[in-house]
Amino acid sequence: MTVAATTAAAATAPDPAVRRRGDFTNVARAELAKLRTVRSTYWTLLVAFAANIGFAVLAASLIAPRLGARDRANVDVVRLALAGLHLSQIAFGVLGVLVITSEYSTGMIRTTLAATPRRRTLLAAKALVLSGVTLVTATASTFAAYLAFQAALPAGIFAGTSWSGPGVARAVFGGGLYLTALGLLGFGLGAVLRSSTGAIATLFGLLFVPPLLLDLLPGSWKSAVGPYVPMESGGQVYIAVHYDPGSLGPWGGFAVFCLYAAAAALAGFALINHRDA
Amino acid sequence: MIEVTALSKRYGAVTAVDGLTFTVPGGAVTGFLGPNGAGKSTTMRMVLGLDAPSAGSVTVNGKPYAGYRRPLREVGALLDAKAVAGGRTAYNHLLWLALSNGIPRSRVAEVLRQVGLATAGGKRVGGFSLGMAQRLGIAAALLGDPPVLMFDEPVNGLDPEGVAWIRTLLRALAAEGRTVFLSSHLMSEMALTADRLVVVGRGRLIAETAVADLLATGSGNYIRVRTPEPGELGALLTARGATVARESDGALRVTGTTADVVGELARVRGLGLLELSAQQMSLEQRYLELTRDAVEYQTDALAPTAAPTPK
Repeated sequence: MTVAATTAAAATAPDPAVRRRGDFTNVARAELAKLRTVRSTYWTLLVAFAANIGFAVLAASLIAPRLGARDRANVDVVRLALAGLHLSQIAFGVLGVLVITSEYSTGMIRTTLAATPRRRTLLAAKALVLSGVTLVTATASTFAAYLAFQAALPAGIFAGTSWSGPGVARAVFGGGLYLTALGLLGFGLGAVLRSSTGAIATLFGLLFVPPLLLDLLPGSWKSAVGPYVPMESGGQVYIAVHYDPGSLGPWGGFAVFCLYAAAAALAGFALINHRDA
Repeated sequence: MIEVTALSKRYGAVTAVDGLTFTVPGGAVTGFLGPNGAGKSTTMRMVLGLDAPSAGSVTVNGKPYAGYRRPLREVGALLDAKAVAGGRTAYNHLLWLALSNGIPRSRVAEVLRQVGLATAGGKRVGGFSLGMAQRLGIAAALLGDPPVLMFDEPVNGLDPEGVAWIRTLLRALAAEGRTVFLSSHLMSEMALTADRLVVVGRGRLIAETAVADLLATGSGNYIRVRTPEPGELGALLTARGATVARESDGALRVTGTTADVVGELARVRGLGLLELSAQQMSLEQRYLELTRDAVEYQTDALAPTAAPTPK
């Protein structure tokens, strides 16, 4: 027993050669390493960039020149430029889902929870790393998209498209914020449902079904409920000037959208300690 | 040391683990045996805190698993080698594990070399054979240099060289004073590797014993004697209270005494001995005997072909 005790002490005593890092930092570094070392991360980001930039160029070269004078006055330039967000939001949402559900689908969750038995710490680290990576890449993609839009835009169609135009910088940055919150929404759904297909289907449902349903509702319902549905509320943050009628405004709408993401994430946090791996 | 106390786990109406109590000591290899569905994997998952017990407790070196800040430095476990993200390389899989517990990166290359995967570090895990995936899982268990090691079917898929290597590795780890706990269905390997055994069936403890003790008490153990004077020796032994039977090849099958007594008796009476050996039931036979009534998934009854017993 003495041999065992000595060996145990020797094996668990901190190695003085290793810099002591906080536990959370360790988990976060591990989660970042996980994200960096799978191809799906890079494919997802590639799709997102291609969608944002590609649609920006299309909008600038095909849609903008064909707008009538009245449309030109009413269309929001940044919203037009960031048309690709409808597609890239899927990419970022799926990225958020996969960050958590891939662990369950491969069975690696058991290895992960053996390495980090403190489950809420694990989820928090995943959420933090996901948000950080998404914020940086999504914002880069929206800025790149807007630059591409400006470059491809024939001269003289719009006024106020420069970076100093009203709400432009905020809206472009808001596009990055929207995609980040969307990634977290996917993450929360994935943590609750623990299934890739289930979470992605639910994400699609939350985003695309309410607008369809709203069109079936009487007008009073539509104007009361409409501004609060996920895509409608969150979508205001990447509009520079011409908000939808009756909308909650960019930051009000984004706050509501963040509530959706927070609700999903908090549900995930609540459930993870009460279920077997 | 792993201490399991009155551990139970119920899934709805099914009781997978039922009041298990046993101890896995340091400095020895302890085998965890039981039929399929006996609750071995469930028990191991509860040791690691993956499943919450319905009742009872399990501690590792005095603390529950979740109480350790850097658990990989305390317990190294291999539960399911194929439960890895296939798109990652072997090196990257071990890298995130090392980072999560503050283990130096240099350990990754070290353990890859130790398990014989030094050249496969850059290959994607999804393309690994079962044997390679097992080796990677073993590498992951060794990563934190832990005093407690837990393996679920470690020799699954390994070639003979790998099987021999694992046996040597486990015995060396136990000799260093570490706690080695492994479950396996490969009885012949278990007999060579384990010092102690915990046998479970239908979620309950059937036996907790040393391997040597288990083998020594086999009901089918006997002494095999070949002598030019079988009738005379047989009569002498029967007079001393032993039971003697004749084998088909003319040898005597003696129970109720020891080989030493038989040999001494022959020497004293001037009888020739051509062969004198103590025949033990194999671990497989002893195990099947113990768990006959506890098998969850019973196959159709066939006459079992007992593996030849080397002794």
